[in-house]
Amino acid sequence: MKNILELKNIGKKYQAKNGEIEALKNINLKVQEGEFVSIIGPSGCGKSTLLSIIAGLEKQTAGEIYKNGEIGYMLQTDSLLPWRTIYKNVLFGLEVRKIKTSENEKYVQELLKKYNLYEFKEKYPSQLSGGMRQRVALIRTLATRPSILLLDEAFSALDYQTRIMVTNDIFQILKNEKITAIMVTHDISEAISMSDRVVVLTNRPGTVKKIHKIDFEMENRNPINCRESPKFSKYFDTIWKELDVHA
Amino acid sequence: MREKNISEERKKYLRQIKKNKILVVLTRLAIVIVFIAGWEILANIGVIDSFIASSPTRIWNTFINLSSSDLMMHVGVTCLETLIGFTLGTILGIAIAIVLWWSKFLSKVLEPFLVILNSLPKVALGPVIIIWVGAGMPAIITMALLISLIVTVMEILNGFLETDKEKIKMAQTFNANKFQTLTKIIIPANIPTFFNSLKVNIGLSLVGVITGEFLVSKAGLGYLIVYGGQVFQLDLVMTGVIILAIVAAIMYQAVVITERIIVKRS
Ligand SMILES: Nc1ncnc2c1ncn2[C@@H]1O[C@H](COP(=O)(O)OP(=O)(O)OP(=O)(O)O)[C@@H](O)[C@H]1O
Ligand SMILES: [Mg+2]
Repeated sequence: MKNILELKNIGKKYQAKNGEIEALKNINLKVQEGEFVSIIGPSGCGKSTLLSIIAGLEKQTAGEIYKNGEIGYMLQTDSLLPWRTIYKNVLFGLEVRKIKTSENEKYVQELLKKYNLYEFKEKYPSQLSGGMRQRVALIRTLATRPSILLLDEAFSALDYQTRIMVTNDIFQILKNEKITAIMVTHDISEAISMSDRVVVLTNRPGTVKKIHKIDFEMENRNPINCRESPKFSKYFDTIWKELDVHA
Repeated sequence: MREKNISEERKKYLRQIKKNKILVVLTRLAIVIVFIAGWEILANIGVIDSFIASSPTRIWNTFINLSSSDLMMHVGVTCLETLIGFTLGTILGIAIAIVLWWSKFLSKVLEPFLVILNSLPKVALGPVIIIWVGAGMPAIITMALLISLIVTVMEILNGFLETDKEKIKMAQTFNANKFQTLTKIIIPANIPTFFNSLKVNIGLSLVGVITGEFLVSKAGLGYLIVYGGQVFQLDLVMTGVIILAIVAAIMYQAVVITERIIVKRS
């Protein structure tokens, strides 16, 4: 498998009036096509900054990035536009990128049907539940057919039950569409349940502390059934200890 | 509506709400009636000197007499001036707010000037306006514009700057440029801001127009009121004020109704 994304010695310093904040230092990471990588680390260690750099919203102050595909970025909030219908919302990215072709619209309609949102397409965001809105936001991102998907705590606004459901849905979608994903999360279980690898960052300035390879050695693994594997709690313990503030 | 099987409690609740609403409207009506009746009675028995304070029947008679002559002309002139000042103020205000949103540098540079202009009583510029644009309708419209413009700019710019950062970031994740951010996020997100400033602007434009008419005009409600004062005809002054109140209410309602039509979803 080839690398779809490569980060080389990425560093980021924010300049402000009252000083300089070094958010990231010497980040090295290679991500393979189709891989699911989670990033986990203490609050304020630069996880969002890293995603923004990968997406090109921020410029790194050191190091280099090699990207081999279109990036889709799903933020922490669904940021659906309340004045647009669900359908107009999912077309937003296509409109902005000026690729609202009938072919792409058809693809969007397929996605809406596949993920049980088609009948809601003329509704407004306020009429949908949190989990549905999150799926709409995902389809909006997928509509532009990214090959790399960045997720920044995209599910933290959901309650536990919905969260498990939505992460499971999204996991299936990503596998079906063969999309590479990089997900920032605070939730260790969520990271283990979805990922091929979990990257643990240190306190600020964030550097890579350790990368854990996750393999449950099971067929048709999904975020729900893998939780029953005895390996799950082993991974959990190791990562938990590593995130420990005193360690 | 999906209210086929409403519970008893719900029905009771809805009835209660309706009852309250009717009560409020009735009380309002009662206040108006008591006020008018009281005024009339006190004027008739001589507690109030109707030469200074007028009275409802005198106002009504003045109104009837005026309407046969040129009342409609005066109302028309004031409405026209207000509408022109209001439209210009709104369009210019939005345009300037967009420019200031676009250029952080410019808005930073102009900030203190805006604050000073905003707190300056614009009436003080009356003589200057008359000399520059001449006495007459242009001076009145300029006055209305001056009074409403700065407030509009500040209010709309403020709305622009307070637009949800996450939505802007979301647009940027699709590489939206500044123009797209403006037209697809900032402006639609600020439709409520526009309407709020329209509502404030109607009032301010009227203030500007009446002030302008006090200063220079030969027609309009402001002229009517000033003229009434000069010839010591309080009936005319009161009639003018009451018609003005009605005009202001109608214009305000027009904005509210437009808002309701445009912003269908709540
Ligand atoms: N635009 C900015 N200007 C200055 N400092 C910033 C900026 N954005 C982030 N920072 C700082 O950089 C550091 C890393 O921020 P970042 O948001 O990437 O952390 P994070 O790991 O995502 O935190 P959290 O887990 O709370 O979401 C923080 O200390 C933050 O204050
Ligand atoms: Mg973050």
